[in-house]
Amino acid sequence: MMQSVTYRKMKNHLMSGLMLACTLAVLVPLGLIFFHILKMGVSSLSLDFFTHVPAPTGEPGGGMANGMVGSAIMIAGASLIGLPVGILGAIYLSEFGGSKVSTLIRFAADVLSGTPSIITGMVAYTLLVVPMKGFSGLAGSVALAMIMIPIVLRTTEEQLKMVPGSLREASLALGVPFWRTSLKVTLRSALSGVLTGVLLAVARIAGETAPLLFTALGNQFWSKNVMQPMAALPLQIFSFAIAPYEDWHRLAWGGALVLVTVMFALSLTARYFGRTRQAG
Amino acid sequence: MRTSCCTNETETDRAAAAPKSPQPAIAKKLGGDSIFRYLTTFFAFSILAILALMLYEMAGESLPAIREFGWKFVSSKDWDAVQGSFGALPYLYGSVVSSVLALLLATPLSIGAALFITEIAPGRLGSVVAPLVELLAAIPSVIYGLWGVLVMAPWLQSTVQPFLIEHFGFIPLFEGAPYGVSMLAAIFILMIMVVPIITSITREVLLAVPQSQKEAAIALGATRWETIKIAILPYGKSGILGAAILGLGRAIGETMAVTMVIGNAPNISLSLLSPAYTMPSVIANEFAETTSKLHASALMEIGLILMVVTLIVNAMARLLIWSVSGRAKGGAA
Repeated sequence: MMQSVTYRKMKNHLMSGLMLACTLAVLVPLGLIFFHILKMGVSSLSLDFFTHVPAPTGEPGGGMANGMVGSAIMIAGASLIGLPVGILGAIYLSEFGGSKVSTLIRFAADVLSGTPSIITGMVAYTLLVVPMKGFSGLAGSVALAMIMIPIVLRTTEEQLKMVPGSLREASLALGVPFWRTSLKVTLRSALSGVLTGVLLAVARIAGETAPLLFTALGNQFWSKNVMQPMAALPLQIFSFAIAPYEDWHRLAWGGALVLVTVMFALSLTARYFGRTRQAG
Repeated sequence: MRTSCCTNETETDRAAAAPKSPQPAIAKKLGGDSIFRYLTTFFAFSILAILALMLYEMAGESLPAIREFGWKFVSSKDWDAVQGSFGALPYLYGSVVSSVLALLLATPLSIGAALFITEIAPGRLGSVVAPLVELLAAIPSVIYGLWGVLVMAPWLQSTVQPFLIEHFGFIPLFEGAPYGVSMLAAIFILMIMVVPIITSITREVLLAVPQSQKEAAIALGATRWETIKIAILPYGKSGILGAAILGLGRAIGETMAVTMVIGNAPNISLSLLSPAYTMPSVIANEFAETTSKLHASALMEIGLILMVVTLIVNAMARLLIWSVSGRAKGGAA
């Protein structure tokens, strides 16, 4: 390279500036999104927002209480189905696995988590909504569980693998059966890491909209029966945002603020658990 | 000693030996252990069952449409639920154009940002920006869509699109009227959404570049940019490509945000200002209210195409990323 030192230094500064510009270009739209959610969201939050169902078309006021309750019910249902499958499946992969079958299962989990979530909704529709002859919160829970399982499986497996083998051997040497060792020693030592994965998975499904479109469908009224169409916060944000009414737009911003706050609280808690584990 | 698999073996040995454990006499005594084994095996295999079931259902449900239309399904642009004729070309076109253009805009930005975070930013700054970017990757798409349709699209309609029409209107890409919701809006919102993903994966790939590579370049007297150019980028090349392809997979499957800003009109128009439609959007809009079995089946076939495409794209991306960062992690998983 026969370039002068000043030229090379200038080029260095130029490219560094360009990279800084890239970083800013990445952060600015995201900053704007936050700014708008905060600005529009805070002004539309009130006690009514958390206690009332949406007002009929065109009328002011109302809230998204039914959506929040519906989301909570469906997330609880999805966790009830998804967590045992994900965590016990992960125990198989880390404690019994190692064969070609495990590689296949890991690959299947990766494929599942890469599949667009709307496909999950279509499959849950054919499997549950069609035979049961109606949209239901249960179908929504199953669709969300299908998204949750691969995430929980992979993060739990990673955490279990980090538990030193000597810990298991110590427990087994004391005569503790293998299954109790797995649950009470291996899983328990990895618990904070597993919890991190679970919280991240919950945060992920809390914001999912597409899989609920043809399963839970949404509901303008109170809906606590899981066999009936059920309201969900993301679904309400979607339908209110594309409706031509100012009042509904306001509700949508309020819902977005609540959703983002819940998700960030979950992610930060997850990060906290993840950190204490690494430090310990 | 209660189980056959609990001697002083290393972890991997035990893992390999465990599935066999052939002593039936001992197995009787350890009822709990065998139940536990079967239970975990069952749940692990249920993942395979879910995937198989998904593929089976999608393929089975799209059969009527495949039989009816054959290859015409992807080459015809005639989508008419009343007449019962279905051609998915406008949706394929919309998906390809929106995600590829979004990716072309997002990739350079992401690489620049990732390089800034890992190589240039003073330590503290980088460690603030990196988790911030990861948090942003977790924002649900419906929120991007809300912002897109209520803030970005009106802004595009009032400022950006009139400007483009006035100054570049002679190019077919920018002709037409300013609608706000348009292909351009979809490209922008997709770009904003995939940038955090590509940035955070690229950052991981860059962190996996061995220190010795950089030190060798610095020892030769290279400036910081020259170090990046001759030592870091060539080493991380395939991983960065993998990150970009993963972003593409995400963009193709993105449903809510795109549905909210693209305008949902099945046009095939060269102009980026006109409304368009994508594969996930048409499913989201029509699947809950299909008019006939054939209509549902046609939407299922679009879903099947979408699933197969994302499957291929994601498999490619993972192989490329593993080829770089897998080396550092000792090939884990």
